[in-house]
Amino acid sequence: MRGDQINLQNIVARSASPAPSPQVRDGAVETVTKLIDVSRCIGCKACQVACSEWNDLRDDVGECVGVYDNPVDLTPNSWEVMRFNEYENEQGNLEWLIRKDNCMHCAEPGCLEACPAPGAIVQYANGIVDFNSEHCIGCGYCVAGCPFDIPRISKKDSKAYKCTLCSDRVFHGLEPACVKSCPTGSIMFGTREDMHELAETRTDYLKSRGYENAGVYDPEGVGGTNVIYVLQHADKPEIYSGLPKDPRISPMVEAWKGVTKPLMSAAIGLAALTGFFHYVAAGPKEVPPEEEEEMRAEEANEGLSRQDLNGQDRNGQGRPSDEEHRP
Amino acid sequence: MTPPGRHKGILRYSMWTRINHWLVAISFVLLVLSGLALFHPYFWSLTGLFGGPIPTRIIHPFIGLFMTVLFMIMAISFFKESLIKRHDIQWLKQIKDVLRNRDDRLPPVGKNNAGQKLVYWIMVLCVPLLLISGIMIWEPYFGDIMPVTLRRLGGVIHAYAAFLAILTLIIHIYSGIWVKGSIHAMVRGRVSRAWARHHHSLWYESEMQKKRRLDAITHPQQPPASGQEPR
Repeated sequence: MRGDQINLQNIVARSASPAPSPQVRDGAVETVTKLIDVSRCIGCKACQVACSEWNDLRDDVGECVGVYDNPVDLTPNSWEVMRFNEYENEQGNLEWLIRKDNCMHCAEPGCLEACPAPGAIVQYANGIVDFNSEHCIGCGYCVAGCPFDIPRISKKDSKAYKCTLCSDRVFHGLEPACVKSCPTGSIMFGTREDMHELAETRTDYLKSRGYENAGVYDPEGVGGTNVIYVLQHADKPEIYSGLPKDPRISPMVEAWKGVTKPLMSAAIGLAALTGFFHYVAAGPKEVPPEEEEEMRAEEANEGLSRQDLNGQDRNGQGRPSDEEHRP
Repeated sequence: MTPPGRHKGILRYSMWTRINHWLVAISFVLLVLSGLALFHPYFWSLTGLFGGPIPTRIIHPFIGLFMTVLFMIMAISFFKESLIKRHDIQWLKQIKDVLRNRDDRLPPVGKNNAGQKLVYWIMVLCVPLLLISGIMIWEPYFGDIMPVTLRRLGGVIHAYAAFLAILTLIIHIYSGIWVKGSIHAMVRGRVSRAWARHHHSLWYESEMQKKRRLDAITHPQQPPASGQEPR
């Protein structure tokens, strides 16, 4: 769990970098995971405050739109928001489902796949997916790539921002700020293994309390996430303010960024080469000298000089107007 | 001053057509270079041509807008001569003869051959697609209002349309190099009569007819010319 991913040997994936990342280490760096137990969340937003505090972010003061969500959505300055949903269960009772929404730190991150700037998005050996703003060019492809609609582009500097899982704190063996601030223990942090164990005990407990569909949200479609939820209704993640049921990198992004990308690049190179070798093999397309000769003879016969053809030189101008002869 | 000899030949592209074409061509090449840089990391170093990655991202869509406007003007002026006719199909069927320079076997060609017409129509298809899909992924101006599905769609359409357009561009440029006299025609506007008759005989005939009609009107009793040998 000790976060030694600050070491550059521990960047295991890097955006827009065909060459593989360092491979020499033996895998001793454990994957970290943040567990968000929705069933224990009271919606106090201490984590939101802690996030802004630690990351030195001050979002604009918004307006109340009639719901508790504040801000209403993620912004470049709010890397996490509490999403409140009033859910009516099968018994007709109200359940207040409050989900802390932030980057899920996918094992197979769509943002990283989509990013065109080398090294602007990296994945550390401990599983954290981080934006390196130094290399970010603000193209917004990560927004298109993300299956969870997380990254936001700042109007201030045209760079993409999202939760870093407090990679800087984790570097130094600390838990993320949101975890630190949570008064109910709803947000926990540790190795992936430990967090899954803890999640199991929580879902068992919830099941014993009558939530028979309680479960862990760790979607396989993106290779699993390093932020996992304990949900009372794991069979219906959508009711948690639109948590996707089976998130995966969109087929459109795959078609754009997947295997077609090197194939198309190679095809472009091949096309140019084909042209060159066609020239080498077939040679230029030229008017045969006989035809030139023939035309000269014909012109002489007709008594036409080439200048005459343009009807210009007779009036001594010497500079024909192009427009006059536009076909 | 331009020496009179420079105006030999038949006018194929007017001055405005040429300027228009080359403005589109220059913008298009800049778009390809900056776009490829953002398409695949193989081409990332091309961002250096535009002052770095961020300037590349900023400037690319503006060049795109500029090119679209000029392309539309060009597309309108080239519309009629780019309509595909029956003889064009025959020409396409004989593409092997075209490629092997067996020009004597080819059917007569109008102002543009079928290959040129295909370039026209592919670009007429691609440029609007590139414009619309480009707007869908244009940061920072349209990011906030574009739903994520449209961003994804924009990205994939932009990439595929650009791929098609780039291949077409490569063929187009190569044709210019391959068919001697065509780059000169687009730079200076004129082609020799032999060139016109060889590559575009139908167009040549119609130009000759026009010329004869014009002569008949302007110089009804034209004396036989000096018979001077052109070059």
